[in-house]
Amino acid sequence: MSAPLLQLEGVQTHIGAYHILHGVDLEVAQGELAVLLGRNGAGKTTTLRSIMGLWRVSSGSVRFEGEDIGTLDTPEIAQRGIAYVPENMGIFGELTVRENMTLAARGARRAEDMDAKRLEWIFGLFPAIKRFWQHPAGLLSGGQKQMLAVARAIVEPRKLLLVDEPSKGLAPAIIQNMVAAFRELKQTDTTILLVEQNFNFARQLGDRVAVMDNGRVVHAGSMAELAEDEGLQQRLLGLSLASHQ
Amino acid sequence: MFGQILSGDLPRSRTLTLLLIAIVAGLALTPFLFPGAKAINVAAKICIFIVLVASYDLLLGYTGIVSFAHTMFFGIGAYGVAIALTRLGPSWAAVGAGVGASLALSFVLSLVIGLFSLRVKALFYAMITLAVASAFQTLASQLSEFTGGEDGLNFKVPEILSHGYVLWQQTILGVAVDGKLISYYLLFAVAVALFLLMLRIVNSPFGRVLQAIRENAFRAEALGYPTVVYRTWSNVLSAGFATLAGALLALWLRYNGPDTSLSFEIMIDILLMVVIGGMGTMYGAVAGATLFIVAQNYLQDLMKLASSAAAGVPLIPNLVHPDRWLLWLGILFVVSVYRFPAGIVGKLRARVRAKP
Amino acid sequence: MSSSAATAPHVDALPAVELDRIPLLLLPALALIALPLMGSFSTWVTLTVAGLAMGMIIFIIASGLTLVFGLMDVLNFGHGIFITLGAFLATSVLGALSGWTASESLLFNMLAVLPAMLVAMAAAGIVGFAFERVIIRPVYGQHLKQIMITMGAMIVGEELIKVVWGPQTIPLPLPAAFRGSLLFGDAAVEKYRLIAVVIGLAVFAAMFWALSRTKVGLLIRAGVQDREMVESLGYRIRRLFVGVFVAGSALAGLGGVMWGLYEQNVTPQMGAQVNVLIFIVIIIGGLGSVGGCFLGALLVGLLANYTGFLAPKVALFSNILLMVIVLLWRPQGIYSVANR
Repeated sequence: MSAPLLQLEGVQTHIGAYHILHGVDLEVAQGELAVLLGRNGAGKTTTLRSIMGLWRVSSGSVRFEGEDIGTLDTPEIAQRGIAYVPENMGIFGELTVRENMTLAARGARRAEDMDAKRLEWIFGLFPAIKRFWQHPAGLLSGGQKQMLAVARAIVEPRKLLLVDEPSKGLAPAIIQNMVAAFRELKQTDTTILLVEQNFNFARQLGDRVAVMDNGRVVHAGSMAELAEDEGLQQRLLGLSLASHQ
Repeated sequence: MFGQILSGDLPRSRTLTLLLIAIVAGLALTPFLFPGAKAINVAAKICIFIVLVASYDLLLGYTGIVSFAHTMFFGIGAYGVAIALTRLGPSWAAVGAGVGASLALSFVLSLVIGLFSLRVKALFYAMITLAVASAFQTLASQLSEFTGGEDGLNFKVPEILSHGYVLWQQTILGVAVDGKLISYYLLFAVAVALFLLMLRIVNSPFGRVLQAIRENAFRAEALGYPTVVYRTWSNVLSAGFATLAGALLALWLRYNGPDTSLSFEIMIDILLMVVIGGMGTMYGAVAGATLFIVAQNYLQDLMKLASSAAAGVPLIPNLVHPDRWLLWLGILFVVSVYRFPAGIVGKLRARVRAKP
Repeated sequence: MSSSAATAPHVDALPAVELDRIPLLLLPALALIALPLMGSFSTWVTLTVAGLAMGMIIFIIASGLTLVFGLMDVLNFGHGIFITLGAFLATSVLGALSGWTASESLLFNMLAVLPAMLVAMAAAGIVGFAFERVIIRPVYGQHLKQIMITMGAMIVGEELIKVVWGPQTIPLPLPAAFRGSLLFGDAAVEKYRLIAVVIGLAVFAAMFWALSRTKVGLLIRAGVQDREMVESLGYRIRRLFVGVFVAGSALAGLGGVMWGLYEQNVTPQMGAQVNVLIFIVIIIGGLGSVGGCFLGALLVGLLANYTGFLAPKVALFSNILLMVIVLLWRPQGIYSVANR
């Protein structure tokens, strides 16, 4: 079995005086979509931010393609091919959709330099992006902003996507759009680490799942296994699938 | 007993205690130890600035608010007394009226500024106070019928304080017991009283809440303390003490003008004194004011020597020219903010803690 | 809402949204209010041009400061030092080229003034680079220390200028061909002021172009809103910041030269004096917004000149009043951009 693309071992993170991550072990294999589940405050977002270098890892290691990236700056980590879609989406509201996309395309000096074919593909996944191309991104609805955030992360091919709660606050119809988009993404052999609270959403996409609680990963296994075992769901997530839509 | 006078806020360092005792003793005995007009003027200025800088420390060091409008309150106090004594004649009633009116004006202004400061962020607030102080200075020099304009006001003080007044025919240890001596000791006594009062305030429950707000305003608010109210009160108290310091200045100088109390240079001086001395300690005001004012008056003589010694060398005479003393103090200030954020007092106290 | 099935295969992008126009009306509004108060049209013209010229110079000086704050949350209370440095360097350069400044030929005058400006900008830029490294870098994120340190640095800088050039006011006369006024009917408009307006517009246009048409400009505008996200997209925003700081300092140097020529003398305190006005302008405009800064600077310039004529005693107060009014209307400034 080849080495995992992303590997966290015993990662601990402190934010000021607060000890958030108490030793996270996590592995994500090339090409798979791994889901990080857990309650509010379990440390999921902190884990993503620690990988991205936005918060310093106090101990333990974060390896990407075998390289220890724990001491690198965020821009350096991003340049290694890791894209981050934060919980608050990180949309530049005063810039147009087009400018948001141009910015995310590191290889493009102007909008015209972006890969036209790839853009067409993205427009197909998220038609709103094309429709509001000239508009300040701040005027988009919540769901559209979420799509823009994901679109930005894939405007150029990336090796790893870190996505934080893409379904949060979205209407069910939009969520289904999102599921379809991610399914298409999976087919491009992009590795994705998805943080979610919505188990139903995660279940449709995840290959493997890790559940966090109190700054640790308390369960790791295949999504199929977790989806079938309601007792396990109850224990780990506190409620059964039926009530968690 | 000392503990009670100092409201429990002991120096906590032997060196600091000695330093403070030396300063207080020096100030108390200046007319006898250091004869001459210059020395007593320097000492008087130190007393006044100790009060002024301590009041600024209350705002900056204890509450964490940066304001550039402090000289405005200083000036209000000075002008209050100056205008009252000019218009109402040299009587204690006039002094009282002047002090009262200026305190009232300071109260209102500081209240307005304090409430306004809570709507805007710290940086905005600093910039706004800069603008307001600047405008006030311009105003003072322009309302000439009232304030004497650029030339300022010269006035007479109550008889007992005037330099011609002689209390006792005999001299004490060679020093004449005249109005000047009386003025000086009045100044000294009031300054000491005001300083001790401020020490009491910062060591009270109110003072502790201020420090909590300075450290983490959110937390303080979450704990149930209305930061709005506390900050405003800090503003008001700080302004009040500055006003009183201004009144003392006017009584001593028997003159006041826009440059004497309102100039931006004075604001910078205060900032330098409180940082070099040590923010948030009160004693820092004593150390900083003394160091600064002594340097301002005596360092220049040293620099004059150095400057003439280096005459002929390009640039060096200019660098150590006595007028450029602020350059060196400015450098000391910048270095202090980086390396000695706790100032002289903090450094001395840290040494105590570091001992095994 | 979008739905893939409903839209036509080649739906055109919706047209771009219009710029927020209301604040732009403030400028002509102010000018028009002042007109009847002046009494005479020609006075109004003279003062309006003077106000616009002053505003342009203030804009040149303040634009760097607002971007630096918006981008890196750093407030440089010592910005005035670049102004003073630029102005004093101009006295030296123009002094050395006095033959050319005395000439009536516009060309020779330009040949003298241009080097003065370039020297001022280069020197201010270099000092700015050192300033960012030595003074500012150690205190990122600590606003209290920033205020104190930058203020301290300005004091030291002011004293150093006095060491080199002496503490007194030095005259900076306008080159011969820049002096005098052009007559439009009854109205006398000073030549130099027109030049200042032209230069100011050129600087604004250049900044506008750079910000909206280049990738670097895009990065700056994005960085002002969300620095962390720009880094997450793989850009080293620190380097960008140094560049913006240096550019802002250089512009302040240029502004210093122009201000010195406007006042026709330079003093070591001039930086500190202009500081207050600059802060008012960037607060009015909105921290981080170049457009807001432009508008704010012109408003302040106009107001200062109108009140300077009508009621000189309240000139500075009028600007503070303007600031308070704007803050009551939009607490973040006219065009708030920075996400803080």
